[in-house]
Amino acid sequence: MKKVIQVLSLLCLMVPISTWAQEVEVDIKAFMYGPRELKIAPGTKVTWVNDDQVPHTVAETHKVFRSGALDTNERFSYVFDTPGVYEYFCALHPQMIGKITVSAN
Amino acid sequence: MGIHSARYEKRTDAPLDPSRRTLLLCSAWAGAGVIWALHGGIPKAFALDDNGQVSDPKALAGNFHFVQISDTHIGFNKEANPDPVKTLQVAIDKVVALPVRPSLILHTGDITHLSKAEEFDTAAQLLKGLPSTVHYVPGEHDTLDEGGGKLYLERYGKGTLGNGWYSFDDHGVHFIALVNVFNFQAGHEATLGADQLAWLVDDLRAVATSTPVVVYTHIPLWTIYQPWGWGTEDGDQAIAMLRKFGSVTILNGHIHQVIQKVEGNITFHTARGTAYPQPAPGTAPAPGPMTVAADQLRNYLGVTDVKATQGEHPLALIDSTLV
Repeated sequence: MKKVIQVLSLLCLMVPISTWAQEVEVDIKAFMYGPRELKIAPGTKVTWVNDDQVPHTVAETHKVFRSGALDTNERFSYVFDTPGVYEYFCALHPQMIGKITVSAN
Repeated sequence: MGIHSARYEKRTDAPLDPSRRTLLLCSAWAGAGVIWALHGGIPKAFALDDNGQVSDPKALAGNFHFVQISDTHIGFNKEANPDPVKTLQVAIDKVVALPVRPSLILHTGDITHLSKAEEFDTAAQLLKGLPSTVHYVPGEHDTLDEGGGKLYLERYGKGTLGNGWYSFDDHGVHFIALVNVFNFQAGHEATLGADQLAWLVDDLRAVATSTPVVVYTHIPLWTIYQPWGWGTEDGDQAIAMLRKFGSVTILNGHIHQVIQKVEGNITFHTARGTAYPQPAPGTAPAPGPMTVAADQLRNYLGVTDVKATQGEHPLALIDSTLV
């Protein structure tokens, strides 16, 4: 029984850490994605938050994911399960570009 | 503040007096009005007096004028202008108060801020107060609904082609509405697209080169500042088709400030918006809304009045602020 409690305690400790590690935020500010390039492990959830006074979008170049218009403080999330390189841009201000590399290494 | 007449044609004889150029720039930024008259493709600026009236009667000798209104951004509510409904109403009142009713009005896009149905409704209610028929082109802020511009096209797309382009004639002037706010590609400027360019070739075929042509788009047809995406990548193809015409005026919005240039017979002119100002190209890290002191805001917002005189085909542009 003692051993079961120890294992459970360990799991409780691990779960929040692993959840935290698999969530990343990208800040949209001054017409830029920050960070512009990101390397993440498969299964990571990326959340974009718009800090500008005008709306922006997050649109993957091959339409893998595409947010609606994000007004100030609005967010959009996507979970990257498949390894690969994902390039995206703002469909309103296409000079805004970003890149996410999903790799198990 | 008075404005001083000046010729803006391409000069090769002598450099302009730098202090005078600076003055003109300052005048534009302070929001003072200027009227442009085109005579045989040569633009001439006339002075506006302290009351905003044109001091040279020649500038207003025509019998046809229209107004450009732009970037009303209904739905915006941030620091740069918490109440664009109010500033649009001021702009409408200004148009209503013109001594001669305009023959027509052009709205060069970004009617709404987020393409919400209620924003389109509010804008439509307000714009009903304008004294003449309004012709629209969409801005990219009018294409943010789930249908990617469906709401705009349902309201304003009747009788248009593609994503809303069209042309018409009024008082001997050929008007062409081009749309450059769809199909944005990463890292690229706006585009008109092959279909619209092909239509333009066809549309211009029937137009005599002596006919004054007015082209209006949302995003500038010429590249004003590439790092901010202030330009149209295939706009030069449209401009090339227009070079043979004797008088061409290309109007747009999008950048919320007045910038002009003249190339041969073509005058390019961007209008102020009625919602919020944006920084001059490259003068800020980003092109976002520029917050100015509340009592200064109306100096940065405005409308453009364009006057055409038949016979000599001059077109005059008068920018005025909401002050």
